[in-house]
Amino acid sequence: MTAAIQDAATRDAASARSDTGNQGPSGLPRLLPADGQPMDLAAHLRVHGPTPYRGGARMLIHTIESAGLTGRGGAAFPTHRKLTAVADQKGTAVVVGNGAEGEPASSKDQTLLWSSPHLVLDGLQLAAEAVGARKVHLYVHREPRLVRRLELALAERATAGLDRIKVGLVTAPARFLAGEESALANRVEGGAALPRFTPPRIFERGVNGAPTLVQNVETLAQLALISRYGPAWFRAVGTEAEPGSMLTTVRLANGGGGVAETPLGTPLARLLRLAEYPAQAVLVGGYHGAWLTPEQASRLTLSNADLRPIGAAVGAGVLAALPADRCGIVESARVVRYLALESAGQCGPCLNGLPLIADTLVQLANHRSAPSARGDLQRWSKLVERRGACHHPDGTVRFLRSALTAFAGEVALHEAGRCSAGSYEPFLPIPAGSPDHKDDWS
Amino acid sequence: MDERLRVNAILCSGHGLCAELLPEQIDLDEWGYPLLSDEPVPKKLRPLARRAVNDCPVLALMLVRGR
Amino acid sequence: MTGTAFWYASRATGVISLILFSLVAILGILVNRQGRLPGLPRFAVTGLHRNLSLLTVAFLGTHIVTAIVDGYAHIPWMSTVVPFSSGYERFWIGLGTVAVDLFAALIVTSLLRDRLKPSVWRAVHWLAYVSYPVIVVHSLGASKDLRSGWLLALTMATVFAVISAIGYRVLDAFAAVPRPGRVPEQFQQTDQIRTDRIRTDRIRADRTGSVR
Repeated sequence: MTAAIQDAATRDAASARSDTGNQGPSGLPRLLPADGQPMDLAAHLRVHGPTPYRGGARMLIHTIESAGLTGRGGAAFPTHRKLTAVADQKGTAVVVGNGAEGEPASSKDQTLLWSSPHLVLDGLQLAAEAVGARKVHLYVHREPRLVRRLELALAERATAGLDRIKVGLVTAPARFLAGEESALANRVEGGAALPRFTPPRIFERGVNGAPTLVQNVETLAQLALISRYGPAWFRAVGTEAEPGSMLTTVRLANGGGGVAETPLGTPLARLLRLAEYPAQAVLVGGYHGAWLTPEQASRLTLSNADLRPIGAAVGAGVLAALPADRCGIVESARVVRYLALESAGQCGPCLNGLPLIADTLVQLANHRSAPSARGDLQRWSKLVERRGACHHPDGTVRFLRSALTAFAGEVALHEAGRCSAGSYEPFLPIPAGSPDHKDDWS
Repeated sequence: MDERLRVNAILCSGHGLCAELLPEQIDLDEWGYPLLSDEPVPKKLRPLARRAVNDCPVLALMLVRGR
Repeated sequence: MTGTAFWYASRATGVISLILFSLVAILGILVNRQGRLPGLPRFAVTGLHRNLSLLTVAFLGTHIVTAIVDGYAHIPWMSTVVPFSSGYERFWIGLGTVAVDLFAALIVTSLLRDRLKPSVWRAVHWLAYVSYPVIVVHSLGASKDLRSGWLLALTMATVFAVISAIGYRVLDAFAAVPRPGRVPEQFQQTDQIRTDRIRTDRIRADRTGSVR
């Protein structure tokens, strides 16, 4: 592997002294508070100092380019290119911080917003300055305590005169697609959180027709740190091609885990402690991600350089290790059923195909599959891919295909009416209910 | 300049006119929704393609230049 | 031509315009509901809707021009587009003018349909439902022809047909599963995954219009 990969496991949180002034935290954590206590404005100013405005549009973009920051919302798109694209548009831009992680298995954005809200809010202001925006929003799920905390944080900043543009808090419904950028734009406009047909892309015409910068809250927090401590500091961890740290939501095979900040390029086996808690398969990238075999998981690192060639991706850092006593098909069927229910129901192929796929997989999980099941799944997968307005069917198919590959043995057992599982206790988090009322989408 | 067919999947409700007018480029899936060819529309068929775009009851079909 | 000939021509083309518009409206509802005419491909149903509407323009134009040229009623040319500006039968002719204005909007936007945003075209096309009662009231009020005899029967038959079509359209709209319910509707037979026997019926796929 190229360049230095900092060893997260040997990083001692207590020794990561956070300095004020111009020296960034040496090592980890960077985004999350060193002592684990949520930081209020006073603590934030003590540790990081005031918001380092540049004094004009575009001035921050070159720094971000040198740092090599990529989006932490899942797509890993180079942040400086997004900033430039929005800044280049005619018309005054809008900036929205996306904290609505619709992924049930992910809690990194909530954790970040709870623990280090001021890094995110700094990042919002700096990004707004960089693209010349005049309106700023923060988009979060409708969790009352978090919303109250953010309102307090914003009030603190208003008193201190830190924010140049007032931030509008917009709440999102608890939908998988709520964080999709066009659904976000619709919701910020006051409508339902439903995806749009693109083009035009949101950076061209987003909220109320204005060029809109949508950035994950972790990306904004990273941006806030880079603007203080510089690109070299940012690149001190991670890999050459994928620098920096990222927040991951880890679910170990023993049921433990949580949100952890880790450098890019960390071996998956170390993150998931596979030696201590062996797994029969590893899910990388959440419910639109892919299952890895234990062999792959033991060999690969948390980097797109390793994961993309096998059809997976780092995504938003969701990692789950399935214990040996569970059934991969039953878990996957639960997920696919959830994904089908979370379809916006706007596009024919997705609306028709996903329930059929889910139903077939459920039948397979219950040992009641028809002989045509495999062929049906293949056919429907090809019929729903890339035929929707958003990437929901694509992601679902990616997850499905990886499940059928990783759990091929289990599929054969189920077709023969058997199963190797010891427990059907749900492992992956699946919200209950089905969003069948329009209020569920706004 | 190449012209290609694209469909707005949200507006489309599966009327199926487009597939009747331009079967060389448009097929229907098992649910009645259009499967569009990736290939550019041949010059000879462009008038038919334009008619299909115009006749779509929900204006979901589009002809896009380039790419 | 004598004045009377123009007047008769206007009345005749008026009746034909009414019938044609009713046919166009029914065909429009048929297209919207993805319905078919026996033996005809779908693009022919749309084509018939469009072509009959253009035929209606021709008859309607003749109806208006002959009425004005006739001279007896002294209807000014301005009354073609400005409602309630005619001295003769101001109200009934005025309604006719309103109908012409609405119809012109429908036709013009439809001719330019590939250049307009779908939402704009659709919004204007809804005016068809507004124009129909206006047309019927104008027809019954502006001429005594339709109020007796076989013309009255004909008028009532077409009105009945159109109202039935509209009623069918409205009922279908109420029966349609709203968007948020479409996918869960597909799942109404599927329960959560249990390790014991669970019932999963094959889900019948349907269009986005209405899931029954």
